[in-house]
Amino acid sequence: MSLPRETDFGTPARESDKLVTLSIDGIEVSVPAGTSLMRAAQEAGTAIPKLCATDSLEPFGSCRLCLVEIEGRRGYPASCTTLAEPGMQVRTQTPKLAELRRGVMELYISDHPLDCLTCSANGNCELQDMAGVVGLREVRYGMDGKNHFDCHSSLRQPKDESNPYFTYDASKCIVCNRCVRACEETQGTFALTIAGRGFDSRVSPGESQPFMESECVSCGACVQACPTATLMEKTVIELGQAEKSVITTCAYCGVGCSFKAEVKGAQVVRMVPHKDGGANHGHSCVKGRFAWGYATHKDRITSPMIRNRIDEPWREVSWDEALNHAAAELRRIQGEHGRSSIGGITSSRCTNEETYLVQKLVRAVFGNNNVDTCARVCHSPTGYGLKQTLGESAGTQTFDSVMKADVVMVIGANPTDGHPVFGSQLKRRLREGARLIVIDPRSIDLVRSPHVEASYHLKLMPGTNVAVVNALAHVIVTEGLVSEAFVRERCEWPSFEMWRDFVSRPENSPEAVEVVTGVPADAVRGAARLYAKAGNGAIYYGLGVTEHSQGSTMVMGIANLAMATGNVGRLGVGVNPLRGQNNVQGSCDMGSFPHELPGYRHVSDAIARGLFEDEWGVTLDPEPGLRIPNMFEAALDGSYRGIYIEGEDIVQSDPNTQHVEAALRAMECVIVQDLFLNETAKFAHVFLPGSSFLEKDGTFTNAERRISRVRKVMPPLGGKADWEVTQALANALGHPMNYRDPAEIMDEIARLTPTFQGVSYAKLERLGSIQWPCNDAAPEGTPTMHIDEFVRGKGRFMPTQYVPTDEKVNARYPLILTTGRILSQYNVGAQTRRTANSMWHGEDRLEIHPHDAESRGIREGDWVGIASRAGDTVLRATITERVQPGVVYTTFHFPESGANVITTDNSDWATNCPEYKVTAVQVLPVTQPSEWQQRHRRFSTKQVSLLPKHEKAGV
Amino acid sequence: MDIPHLVKMANQIGEFFSAYPDAELARQEIAGHLQRFWDPRMRNAICENLAQAEAEGLSPLVAAAVRTLAHQA
Ligand code: SF4
Ligand code: SF4
Ligand code: SF4
Ligand code: FES
Repeated sequence: MSLPRETDFGTPARESDKLVTLSIDGIEVSVPAGTSLMRAAQEAGTAIPKLCATDSLEPFGSCRLCLVEIEGRRGYPASCTTLAEPGMQVRTQTPKLAELRRGVMELYISDHPLDCLTCSANGNCELQDMAGVVGLREVRYGMDGKNHFDCHSSLRQPKDESNPYFTYDASKCIVCNRCVRACEETQGTFALTIAGRGFDSRVSPGESQPFMESECVSCGACVQACPTATLMEKTVIELGQAEKSVITTCAYCGVGCSFKAEVKGAQVVRMVPHKDGGANHGHSCVKGRFAWGYATHKDRITSPMIRNRIDEPWREVSWDEALNHAAAELRRIQGEHGRSSIGGITSSRCTNEETYLVQKLVRAVFGNNNVDTCARVCHSPTGYGLKQTLGESAGTQTFDSVMKADVVMVIGANPTDGHPVFGSQLKRRLREGARLIVIDPRSIDLVRSPHVEASYHLKLMPGTNVAVVNALAHVIVTEGLVSEAFVRERCEWPSFEMWRDFVSRPENSPEAVEVVTGVPADAVRGAARLYAKAGNGAIYYGLGVTEHSQGSTMVMGIANLAMATGNVGRLGVGVNPLRGQNNVQGSCDMGSFPHELPGYRHVSDAIARGLFEDEWGVTLDPEPGLRIPNMFEAALDGSYRGIYIEGEDIVQSDPNTQHVEAALRAMECVIVQDLFLNETAKFAHVFLPGSSFLEKDGTFTNAERRISRVRKVMPPLGGKADWEVTQALANALGHPMNYRDPAEIMDEIARLTPTFQGVSYAKLERLGSIQWPCNDAAPEGTPTMHIDEFVRGKGRFMPTQYVPTDEKVNARYPLILTTGRILSQYNVGAQTRRTANSMWHGEDRLEIHPHDAESRGIREGDWVGIASRAGDTVLRATITERVQPGVVYTTFHFPESGANVITTDNSDWATNCPEYKVTAVQVLPVTQPSEWQQRHRRFSTKQVSLLPKHEKAGV
Repeated sequence: MDIPHLVKMANQIGEFFSAYPDAELARQEIAGHLQRFWDPRMRNAICENLAQAEAEGLSPLVAAAVRTLAHQA
């Protein structure tokens, strides 16, 4: 039996204050003005046959199957392209219509293979359904005419199987154009066209290329839109249609797309983006849609293991033995070196409930505040900067808010690669006419892509963000563009005055900073005016803002701009951090930082601490603990010797790899809980098998504060979900934890955290998702924050002095290296590298400008050595003008690349977020891997050889 | 803890708050930041080795802030 399908209304919903009432088959129905007859009919419960229409796309009117009769009008208009009008009397079923529709179907079927029984879409094919609905009984023209399916036909094209995840079988195409429109409207890539004319026409990627060679980014929107088996997931071809579906949330990026996991038993057949998903509205990217095969990859380690030293072979042991051993070691270390000599790292990839438990373990059971999370290395400055200015450590808007923005400023973010589904939505808004300002050292795709072009691209030198934001502010203040009424009513006036006086200084003018930033003053002035006069100006930013020595300063600079121009507190505006990891917002909310309890309350706050002390029955430490980089320092210093790391690969992801490695080697007990033997696990003494998002229940919170359910579709391969492991470790340490399920953990979170007070699994079930704050004042959540007043009361302006980074270029290190991500791979790549996504990006490369390449004798594809003050590595070069002269760029998805061997331990002044985005380097042609790479290869081979035999095969 | 490293971090904090026109306010903010965000072992290390820290280049403004911390302890 195939899955029940969601209602397809045929055309998108329209917004209008005006309602139109009409009659369809004698039933009265009222719809917003602008609604199609097809949609109106479906609202009244009548499904009009259709092929080229679907409610995610604008109507096209090509198949002519949806004809209707309208009283008083001649002919048979298509209901998908005809709008409802007051008083219309529409008939959807008459003998004439039936005859016409059968005729249409007959034509389609005469050029369609009749292999329904063996077709991969069998049971889930709209063509099949429509043939049934219109009562097609014969094809009068026969099947022997000119066609696209007969193997002898000159029109038959071979199946395109180049994409690893889906196939294109042109013989089944009905040229409904849905895929072409999906690629344009939903995804915004414009990779598909209809090639040829009339009967000969077929869908074609690029210029009649295979999919893999075209512009296609494999988002899957076309596959989703295709009504036939023409575009089809390979997993469905292989496994058949699923038998049930479970709604869950993508575990990759901070967009937090909702998916329907379609499964057979415990086997995932495919992941389909969920139409009702609040963040994605039925769209997805190549990662969430297709790159989930890592969950059952042979490299998964599914038995607990222990060893005394990292040069010893691993011993597989029972869960009890592993947990008791870990507990005994942790207690021994505390006995010898004090209570604060151990700590933990929560995972921003795990659920809220799991993160909450790890910080609870550290605070309540370890008895200190040495807990941190990978947000340290990405968005900790966001937490600090927004709390200081607006009063809450989170973005102010929903993603949908962008559809009301007039001017969008994207700073240090690359949404089409890093946050692809939001990138698609943003592109749609830009195609509708919103203007775009990009502030980035690199020409990211958004700067110029099909039907999108930035009005301004401020291509600044890496490390000069604050100088640019001050120059923008200078223009706004000195040209009288401040929204004074807003500032007077909503902000602390003295803080505004201090800021105004500071940014007005001549040294902050665009002309004065031009030499430092490399951005022409005119462009800065133009961009400032555009943003300030926007009507609705919205700022979106990413790690290009935070991962600097002045990351927190820049976040405050952004908040200052938004407040000064009155761009906070309604739809279409705001300050929007594009969060990296799927649950980085959640892990921060859940108290993963060493100075903050859940809900961003400082550990020194006695009242907040008291709540937790009462609930947990312990006394809590009022002093902040160590942040991740401080943990490394303390390890080298001997005062920190044991660590419990839940799902995070600090050796690969943190800067200055050799420093991190030395710190881990200095520790006595490193406990790693993960899916794979990652780089960090190679330095571990205890390995606890982790579980993927498919194997457990819980919630994730995305970049718009949206809490969504994660639902289990298969049992944990190692036998325990991550929260169960943490709970078992707490019990082994003598602190009883007895949650029966994650819902109970959420109840505890809600009891203790004012912004989560109204959240429960029952409510999530009812509403689908909830944006916090959710409490008595906002029982269904808060899509837009700071509406009438800021969370801190009055908004606070902060002065933002530009301080150049210590990473300065000189004769020895004349280039600036900056780092980033690519669409197909995800961060350290532990998951995506174990999928076919590597076909798009199989190695990290160094992008270098033609001038810099030429002066060094570097050609495309050459091996080049990249040396910094911290270390050196070797990558292959790609020569491109995306980067400016003097700047080189790489991604960091592959451990052997050693991108972080080069990055230094410079960090943000307020939060110690590492300065990944600026490293002074030299680049020269070389013939062999760097010394570190050779050592890394030997060490990794050795570590794999220490695994139990049956595990080795995989790694 | 590595004193030169702590000095560098502390000076960065100092540089941010030095934009405040009121030096006393700046000093309080720096001390407050160290109090709220630095693990006690880091604070103690810099308090106890203040002379060395100053020799390593700890800025006078930050040194003044550290002194108020030392007084609290
Ligand atoms: S997968 Fe996405 S990008 Fe590729 S052709 Fe289809 S819609 Fe376009
Ligand atoms: S590939 Fe599918 S969606 Fe595209 S035109 Fe053909 S049948 Fe329609
Ligand atoms: S990786 Fe991000 S954009 Fe892609 S499907 Fe997952 S949540 Fe959506
Ligand atoms: S569904 Fe209306 S013309 Fe195809």
